[in-house]
Amino acid sequence: MPEIAKKGRSRTTKKKLLHRILCNWELYIFVLPLVVYFILFRYMPMYGVQIAFKNFKVSKGIWGSEWVGFRYFTQFFHSFYFETVIRNTLTITLLSLVLGFPLPILLALALNETTARLKKTVQTATFAPHFISTVVMCGIILVFTSPSSGLINQIIAALGGQRINFMQQTSMFKWIYIISGIWQETGWNSIIYVAALSNVSSEQLEAARIDGANKLQRVIYINFPVLVPTIIILLILRCGSLMELGYEKIYLLQNDVNIPASEVISTYVYKSGLESNNYSLSAAVGLFNSAINSVILVVVNLISKKVSEISLW
Amino acid sequence: MKKQTLMLQSNADNLFDLVNRIILYLVLFVVVYPMLYIVAASFSDPYQVAAGKLWLWPVGFTLEGYERLIHYGEIWTGYGNTIYYTVAGTLLALAVTLPAAFALSRKDFVGRGGLMVMVMITMFFSGGLIPTYLNIKNLGLLNTRTLMIISGASSAYNLIVSRTFFSTIPEEMFEAAKIDGCSYTRIFLQIVLPLSKPIIAVMAMYFGVGHWNDYFGPMIYLKTRSFFPLQLFLREILIQSKVSAEMLADAEMAEAAAKSARISELIKYSSIIISTLPMLMIYPFLQRFFIKGVMIGAVKG
Repeated sequence: MPEIAKKGRSRTTKKKLLHRILCNWELYIFVLPLVVYFILFRYMPMYGVQIAFKNFKVSKGIWGSEWVGFRYFTQFFHSFYFETVIRNTLTITLLSLVLGFPLPILLALALNETTARLKKTVQTATFAPHFISTVVMCGIILVFTSPSSGLINQIIAALGGQRINFMQQTSMFKWIYIISGIWQETGWNSIIYVAALSNVSSEQLEAARIDGANKLQRVIYINFPVLVPTIIILLILRCGSLMELGYEKIYLLQNDVNIPASEVISTYVYKSGLESNNYSLSAAVGLFNSAINSVILVVVNLISKKVSEISLW
Repeated sequence: MKKQTLMLQSNADNLFDLVNRIILYLVLFVVVYPMLYIVAASFSDPYQVAAGKLWLWPVGFTLEGYERLIHYGEIWTGYGNTIYYTVAGTLLALAVTLPAAFALSRKDFVGRGGLMVMVMITMFFSGGLIPTYLNIKNLGLLNTRTLMIISGASSAYNLIVSRTFFSTIPEEMFEAAKIDGCSYTRIFLQIVLPLSKPIIAVMAMYFGVGHWNDYFGPMIYLKTRSFFPLQLFLREILIQSKVSAEMLADAEMAEAAAKSARISELIKYSSIIISTLPMLMIYPFLQRFFIKGVMIGAVKG
């Protein structure tokens, strides 16, 4: 008896399901272009990842090329550049994390405590650099750091210091990259914290004020804790991209002199692939890089789940 | 006694406000001054800029940088291409992303869970540079204008943000329309879109800025100069310091070298202004939507 009932129910649910699909046929047309786009431009490249394990020959194609296992991974690990690119990548991402990550939080806390007018002015101004393209940003860096006519050296000279040829010194590269990044993105990155601060309960602030907490104490003990979940989520994501450093800006700032400090994994992938046509090696390095990223992301997420009960999934 | 502590607190608060204001004004200065300096330098005599005479107000006012840029044909080729790629690319991206995001926000849409997983996987895994390049090559899209328009037709992040926005529209709005016999197409066009101006603005901005500023895609995939967007010509002027003979046609041979170095600086400042101005002019009008847009994205986490 229960068997029959079950069968009957499953038939009606099946019918209902079919009905729901047929009724909503338009929604399938709505998603069709998106699905086609994702298959063509996001999933088809994933099929090509296998060339990391193959000796890719253009004439033989992706499928026809012969398997060589981990040959290109070993080649990368033993290459002259391996240590350099890993060290440069980690130095730049870690320093940007340590120096750049807290600033948007502080900016948001400061903006939250000021007049509406000053807040709006500062926001409008600090968002603007985000809209400057990478090419223009690097152009600005180059004209500003120019030893003869650049603004930074004018200021150094006006203060009686020695002019510095920034772009020709390997030790300066990471600072140029990080400080210009902070200048460009701090305002934009603060938006999410400003938005989160609108969740601070005004009753709690009022109660604290009556209990005698001053402004600084209220910022530290009431406003800041509201931001903590957002901070942790963004921190996990940042840790997951510790080995990921875009080539766009670095590639433009690179020159023959600063290469020992500016060659990172992504520029190495670009050069070995598209400049030296060593497709398989390049794909292997790229795959190694994203594998490490995934591992870090999963581990950091796990730790965060244990420690703070906040996690991405 | 009570009064005294209150006084003390308000003193501490006043100090806090003062320090806070000073910090914010410093931030403002650090961000704005370089931008104003570039504007001023683009109108100034390059010799005086190099001599350190420029601080805020243009010295030795000149329009030479702009004049030379305006007479440089390739800048206009780049400008035309960039406008074309940005407008067409953004419209396509909106047409692909918004209806799909709406469909994926409907609870009675069978298969939406699977599709969302398919989209979200791409946030963490990608083919990487070379497999993507080979894919574009196999599709026959290398060195085409079409690629510039369709390659950014959607992104997982933008789709998720839009979907989250649509799912905040109350279900009842559609129930009534459905009973009245409205199709989803009409519901989407006549009810949903008019309610969705903030998300349309934010998405148009995200996709638009992405297209306007992109140089890496075009650099890898385009070979024909007449297809180049503005950013690639800017790269030649700003990064590679290639000032074409066309731009310096009238410089005297004897002093040409020294002069061309200075003029090249001036042209750099002018080209920064010319290429960035459109974005900087549009964005304050959309600024009020940003916080909303980011907040929608953050809800999802």
